[in-house]
Order: sequence, then structure tokens, then C-alpha cells
Amino acid sequence: MNGIHDMGGMHGMGPLEYEESEPVFHEPWEAKSFALNLAMRAWLKWNIDSGRHAIEVLPPDEYLRMSYYEKWIARLEGLLVSGGLVTSHEIATGKSDPRVKKMSPVFTAEVAKQRLRGGSPVSRVVGRTGRFAEDDIVRARNIHPVGHTRLPRYARGKTGRIVRDHGIFVFPDTNAHGLGENPQHVYSVRFAARELWGESASPRDAVYIDLWDEYLEPART
Amino acid sequence: MAHDHDHDRQAVPSDPALRTKALESLLVEKGLVDPAALDTLIDAFEHSIGPRNGARVVARAWVDPLYKQRLLTDASAAIGELGYSGTQGEHMAVVENTPAVHNLIVCTLCSCYPWPVLGLPPVWYKSSAYRSRAVIDPRGLLEEFGVHVNEDVEVRVWDSTAELRYLVLPERPAGTNHLTEEELATLVTRDSMIGVGKLA
Repeated sequence: MNGIHDMGGMHGMGPLEYEESEPVFHEPWEAKSFALNLAMRAWLKWNIDSGRHAIEVLPPDEYLRMSYYEKWIARLEGLLVSGGLVTSHEIATGKSDPRVKKMSPVFTAEVAKQRLRGGSPVSRVVGRTGRFAEDDIVRARNIHPVGHTRLPRYARGKTGRIVRDHGIFVFPDTNAHGLGENPQHVYSVRFAARELWGESASPRDAVYIDLWDEYLEPART
Repeated sequence: MAHDHDHDRQAVPSDPALRTKALESLLVEKGLVDPAALDTLIDAFEHSIGPRNGARVVARAWVDPLYKQRLLTDASAAIGELGYSGTQGEHMAVVENTPAVHNLIVCTLCSCYPWPVLGLPPVWYKSSAYRSRAVIDPRGLLEEFGVHVNEDVEVRVWDSTAELRYLVLPERPAGTNHLTEEELATLVTRDSMIGVGKLA
């Protein structure tokens, strides 16, 4: 979706605010917001892509107003309700519905330790045949999906060169919407800064973007 | 450039704190969350997962050319050799700074960052200001960090749009030949591994 989250190249977002010796979390609730989001993933009601999309669909003014971990809590509430783990009435009242049977947590401290070590890889062994190879000239397609996508707006319609084939990965545009993993190759594509931003950009510089096969089409120099 | 966030934060209502507490209580009451698991996660990110891990990777690459070669070709495996792996570091890529190339990492779409080697990202990395500017004005942004990149040096910006997580291998500072690997690791800053800091 052409949302506020897709902000590469936008102007007017204010000065950079750098904090020396920044703590990992500024307040205890931020730590809880972070940990609750990680822990609740274990119920498998959503995946990394639908989780990201749940932040993208926050209203743009809310997205900009909210702090980072505030967005995470708002996102989690939405995912819990859509995933059927909690009702919106329970969230509004803060009280659990006594008719619903109490569950037993699947994400224990032991599971947490294993997950932190092992992660959740999204590469796949088998997928669609890759259409491109190193040094191929490609164009990022001029598409505007209304759902989740990882093709940033600033790259659409622009021409670049494949510099590396990263292998096969789950495709976010379908995986975020329960439409399957649709695994396909992801490539590192080099776009000259001038191709993206015009003559004011440095002639030497480049932006490297990781793009799925389906985002690309063959192009000529 | 240093900025105190506390003042801004106090102007915001305490709503997110209450909202988080209410949600946590509800999830614990429903048996959906184990409080001990939350503590384990928070403790890990506050005490063991952070940029010291990445600094050890960099120092190893500085002293061991074969390790550096593995790091640049199969970063996940090479980083795994030092015991670092897991969530948001499943698929790693390392890009090397040289006298001719300066690398900079960003995630314009959200906040992707290599957790096992750098920990959780600082607020500025997740900010609209950084995410919007890194791709269109990397040199101007770097100046704000106090990093000047000469015109004859190529700036490469890596936008973390997929599941690859990037780490910059900074240049080894001059005059450090006498230092041990452990001593070298203490010189490596978080910012140098994102590409917004240079090492003296």
C-alpha cells in the first residue's frame, strides 16, 4: 500500500535526534510492549509480514504521532482480535470473558531462549525459478499494490543492475494476506543515485535494494 | 546533535504505559502469556544481545583474513561461528568499507536491524527523519553524524527491504597493529557498524 510507512526520499520529516548512551528501553512499558509482541507470535495467528502490515494500516496521523513501541501495542491489539485470541470487548474492559477457557502459555521462558538462538528463517529450498542473474539490467515494476508490499515507492519504474542472488524467500505480498508463501528469488539490485533522484545526486553513489523476482522485469540499459 | 528525549516524553500522556499494562494483565489472566518468558526476552536484550557481539565479529575479521573472507561471502555462517544467531539475524549480509567505498544501512519501510549482532535499534534509526533521508541524501545525513565522505568515495546505501540484515565492516583504524583481537573489539562502535560513525 502507498502508506506513510513507505517514506524513503520524503522531505520535511524533521531533524535527526541523536541520544548519547541511549538505553535499550526508555521505560518499562516499552520493554513489555516489545516482549508481548514477540511472545504472542508463538500462537501462529499471524506471521512477520502480516505483523508488519498491521503497523502500516494504522491511520497516517496516528502512525506519525505514536512512538515506536506505542505502535507495537496498537498493532498487537489489532492482531489479537483479528486472530481470535482476544475479543475487542476484552480489550476495552481489560477483563477476560469468563466463558472462554483459560489457555496454557505455549511461549515459555525455555521456548523464548530457543527462539532467540534459532530464529525463524524465511528462506525456502524450493520456489519459483529465478528469472534473473548477476549483472542483468532490470526495472522495478510500476505497481501500486493496495495490500502489503516491500517494493518501496521510490524504486518503482527505476532501472538497476542485479548484483547478487540471495536465494529463495517467502513472498511478503501474499504471505501477509494468508495467500500462501509463494517462495521466489530475492536479488540485491543496485540503483544509481542519479537514476533514483536525478542530477542533484552524486554521480558515484548508489542505493542497493533487496527485491523479489515478481517486483522486477527485464530492462535494457 | 545530542538531544534529551525525556522532556518530549513527559508531554505525552501516560496512555501507552496503561494500555500496555492492561493488555499484559489480560493476556496473563487468559493464560496466553507466561510472565517468565517476557522477563527472559527483556533480560536477553538488555544484557546479552547488543553491539558488543558485532564488535567481536569485526575484530575477528580484522585479525583473520580467512574469517573475513567467509564473513563477506556467507555472513550468517561466519557470524554463527562466534555463537551469534537467531531472531532478526537469520539471514545476514556484511558489507565492507574501504578507502573507495562507504556503506550505510537503513530500513526505509520499517525498522529492520540485525538484532543478534547489534541488539535493538536506537530511536534515531527508527525515526522518520533517518528513514526518509538516508536514501535521498546520505552525504548530508552523514555530515549530521559528523562523518564527512570525500567526493571521490562511493556511498552505498543498503535499504533492508527483504529479510537480509546488514552489518557494516568498518575500516581498521591506523596504528592498531599492536592491539590484540580483544582490544580491537573495544574500539568498534555501534554507529560504525551501521555506517554512521567512523573509527578514529
